[in-house]
Amino acid sequence: MSFLEVNNLNVEFDTADGKVRAVNNVNFSLEEGKTLAIVGESGSGKSQTVFAMMGLLAHNGTSVGSVKFDGNEILNLTGPELNLIRAEKMAMIFQDPMTSLNPYMRVSEQMAEVLTHHRGLSKSDAVKESVAMLDAVQIPEAKSRIRMYPHEFSGGMRQRVMIAMSLLCQPKLLIADEPTTALDVTVQAQIMKLLSDIQKEFGTAIILITHDLGVVAGNSDDTLVMYGGQVMEIGTTEQVYANPTHPYTQGLMSAVPRLDHDGTELTTIPGNPPNMMLLPEGCPFCPRCKFAKSECKTKVPELIFTGTSGSHYRACNVAVEELV
Amino acid sequence: MLNYVIKRVGIAIPTMLILIILSFLLMHAAPGGPFTSDRPLPAQVLANIEAKYGLDQPLWRQMINYVWGVVTQFDFGPSFKYKDRTVNEIIAQGFPITLKYGFLSFIFAIGVGIPLGAIAAIRQNTWIDYLAVGVSIGAQVLPNFVMAPLLVIVFTLWLGWLPGGGWGGGSWEYLIMPVIALSTSYMASIARITRSSMLEVLNTNYIRTAKAKGLPTKTILLRHALKPSLLPVISYLGPAFVGLITGSVVIDIYFSTGGMGYFFVNSAMNRDYSVMMGITILVGFLTIMFSLVIDLLYAWVDPKIRY
Repeated sequence: MSFLEVNNLNVEFDTADGKVRAVNNVNFSLEEGKTLAIVGESGSGKSQTVFAMMGLLAHNGTSVGSVKFDGNEILNLTGPELNLIRAEKMAMIFQDPMTSLNPYMRVSEQMAEVLTHHRGLSKSDAVKESVAMLDAVQIPEAKSRIRMYPHEFSGGMRQRVMIAMSLLCQPKLLIADEPTTALDVTVQAQIMKLLSDIQKEFGTAIILITHDLGVVAGNSDDTLVMYGGQVMEIGTTEQVYANPTHPYTQGLMSAVPRLDHDGTELTTIPGNPPNMMLLPEGCPFCPRCKFAKSECKTKVPELIFTGTSGSHYRACNVAVEELV
Repeated sequence: MLNYVIKRVGIAIPTMLILIILSFLLMHAAPGGPFTSDRPLPAQVLANIEAKYGLDQPLWRQMINYVWGVVTQFDFGPSFKYKDRTVNEIIAQGFPITLKYGFLSFIFAIGVGIPLGAIAAIRQNTWIDYLAVGVSIGAQVLPNFVMAPLLVIVFTLWLGWLPGGGWGGGSWEYLIMPVIALSTSYMASIARITRSSMLEVLNTNYIRTAKAKGLPTKTILLRHALKPSLLPVISYLGPAFVGLITGSVVIDIYFSTGGMGYFFVNSAMNRDYSVMMGITILVGFLTIMFSLVIDLLYAWVDPKIRY
């Protein structure tokens, strides 16, 4: 049994206009110390999947299914029960470092409270350990900078602070929700490097959520492609990249600008992501799929083994051979 | 910081001067004077009285004399209506009374308003929220001139628990009804502002971060959410505080407290120029001072604000 197993996870939001099914029957697993990348467009349900795991859904959201983490079922635990896992075993960093730190508190207070709360350290010991962690994420002059407020840091530095803060209790799983989206490209590379260094040093498993396939390629063991709240394809990153078997994955791949293909125009996937309130009855990707058959309109494809290699699964009604 | 305070005080001086000049001119521009009455005084008598108070001099001369007296000797002059009493004496008598019930009203308004608004936000869309919102809307739409008689009917006439008016040297039973009548609408505003800003704060990313850190709800609310939620409340508190401690006409008249609001209105009706000016200047001065205090308080709460 894997250290994280997500089975038939569903997330729904009750809105004034009706139910929004943000996540539908998502399944995946993760081994200790490995990285899983979850890829998909905005609104594909990738963030809500992990928010459900951490109990961070908005108040109108409900989650159904099973999330087994480190041997325990953690989905829909009560707040106090979840608080024993949050930060302690499972930590999260967010998309927007500009707004994810409390602007009214010094970085030292925000970091130290994690240790005073979870580890029962004294304030001064907690600050000392926090400084050490800021050093570890390469924040220069951590000892004096920890006294500053978040607005006195740049975006990249703030994300480093977030990462340092999430690592204070050395969690087994770090969830990074688009950690580099709000940062410029050079800083992105530094942050990704930092995450992989941390993984090597602490043996942390990482779930990396992103819409940037370039970020995924070098930084993950497995890749999960989501669309319309469903898993389209999942496999090792090598399998998915070398041999994408789903029309949506293929579309994504061909939409990535590449240095080794010159002159040709970038391909896009025609159409827009679906309205999650009016999901098609069948495959959510059907309206935009150039291979769609009539059965795609009515039949939700199951996630099945591709038959080519070990852990490569796809959810498509059209056979791989027909995708040409 | 110190520079900022000096600058603000520097700006306050011309502001006060403009306030004095404007209110002086406006008051004199209104027809009539302190000594006009239904039965006109003989012309010679009127002229004598006016000469005594310096009202026969040209307006600019009167104004300069007045400002000079205020600035150099802190002398607001004699009352035109209450013979033998100076404005300073009248303020010294009325202000402590309004200050006392006003300050208590202020404490009551924030002491009830902030927790009420915060609880409503935390329990959004539950019966607690609806109750809190209902109470604050009710308190807001009931003006104090309705509140005051209602309180008197219930607590004085029906129950006979509290005296229906008077000051009694400021002992507690005389204070309860004025404080409640004066503070409810302020309390309601504070509750509404707290609720809406707290709701906004509770939906921010940094509160989500705090949750992801596994902190207990109480810690999240008190350490992370309360301070930012109070910023909009603080900016409301400055003018509210001045409004409360300088008293309310309705309260002073209805409960016969002898506070400053009573003198303020009477002076305006009677053209008691000096009393009117004195109170206006006092209110103006307090307003300017407290807006400075609020600005400094802001800098203390919000680290992004530095002067």
